[in-house]
Amino acid sequence: MPGHLFLVVYVDPWINWDWLTTHVHVFLDALQQHLVLTAIAVGVGMVISLPMGVVAHRWRALRNPVLTVFGIFYTIPSIALFALLIPYTGLSTLTAEIGLVGYAVLILTRNVVVGLDAVPKDVLDAADGMGYRPLARLLTVELPLALPAIFAGIRIATVTTIGLVTITAVIGLGGLGQLILQGLVENFHTPLIVATVLSIVLALVADLALAGSQRVALPWSRSA
Amino acid sequence: MAILVRVVQWFTDPAHWTGPDGIPTRLIQHIQLSAESVLIGAAIALPIGIALGHYGRFGNLAINISNVGRAVPSFALLVLAFQVFGLGDAPIIISLTALAIPPMVTNSYVAMQEVDPDVKDAARGMGYRELAQVLRVELPLAVPLLMAGIRTSAVQVVATATLAALIAGGGFGRYIIDGLDQQDYTKLVAGAILVALLALATELGLASVERLLVPRGMRLLRAPSTRRVTYKAA
Repeated sequence: MPGHLFLVVYVDPWINWDWLTTHVHVFLDALQQHLVLTAIAVGVGMVISLPMGVVAHRWRALRNPVLTVFGIFYTIPSIALFALLIPYTGLSTLTAEIGLVGYAVLILTRNVVVGLDAVPKDVLDAADGMGYRPLARLLTVELPLALPAIFAGIRIATVTTIGLVTITAVIGLGGLGQLILQGLVENFHTPLIVATVLSIVLALVADLALAGSQRVALPWSRSA
Repeated sequence: MAILVRVVQWFTDPAHWTGPDGIPTRLIQHIQLSAESVLIGAAIALPIGIALGHYGRFGNLAINISNVGRAVPSFALLVLAFQVFGLGDAPIIISLTALAIPPMVTNSYVAMQEVDPDVKDAARGMGYRELAQVLRVELPLAVPLLMAGIRTSAVQVVATATLAALIAGGGFGRYIIDGLDQQDYTKLVAGAILVALLALATELGLASVERLLVPRGMRLLRAPSTRRVTYKAA
């Protein structure tokens, strides 16, 4: 009797629910790493950007050169930046954060400058007329009025960073990106699909949460 | 510093300038994938953005498409396209095109919206028909922002095309991904330099195209445009 050739075709479903239910912790760990990497990037980015934006706004001669140089740095692809750093800082969180913080700084500084630029001249004159000193004017008049633009920058930086974190999978981190890479390498759809959806949801939820906290914290920006 | 010396040696090695894994071949692959994606993306995005901006309709949609685009990780988009369409250039071009569309829609919408309404009224008063008004009055005035959107898309497509090496694509990304796989840091850094230079050349090259297209009367207003959509995909 000739041997029968049984060809077993295993069709990988888009989502394997059995696997998913036993691997929830994998997704939670990835989500946590994703959030930590993003929070550090935007947090540190903000600490650096606020003074930098104020300086670029104050000294007019610096404004355009700073924005132009930042624009040029911003065009450097993140994967190229990570690759350039690897010989020095290795496959580490530091390598990822240098890149992520850097890009966040570029976004945030620009928005600080734009926000401060948009403060009406009349308001500045009124503050001067009321006897505000430069520092008090900056802290109590200009920055509050620039906050809506700064907040817009924080939202953009956060959503952008959440997307860029997935790319750090290539250097061994990645948060949810690690699971996207696993889906690619193992040709296994479930982690790919679930991690992609989670990443998009994370970005949209973070954006909405920041928009919501802006409404609460900055009631004067509601009409804007 | 030793790594930099090896990178310089890598670049001066004639073996890296010929053959299927040589720099010229990889450069052409990278440019071809990127250019096709940007052109297809522009053919889809610009008419939509220009029309929405001209009529001032669906502004939320035009603005929010960039927000949604930012939320979708380009890396996931590439891997998903690969799972659906398999090996080859098709999944790469499809995902890069999808990536190129949002910034161009948003910026061309904003560009058309920002044309001074008085100028539009004057054009109408001088007897311009709608199409002539769009083509000969509004579009020339919208060129700086319109081109800024194209530049943003092009730079992001060039950057993301690097990731195409993960799904067996060509281009400079090959050096980075292969360098990582083989722990060959010289190749890795050389690839990174090539990718960064190509992205910069794209930005600066399109900026000079923009300069040629901007009407003479507007050139006095040169300043880094802060209305350019902030978009980083890779």
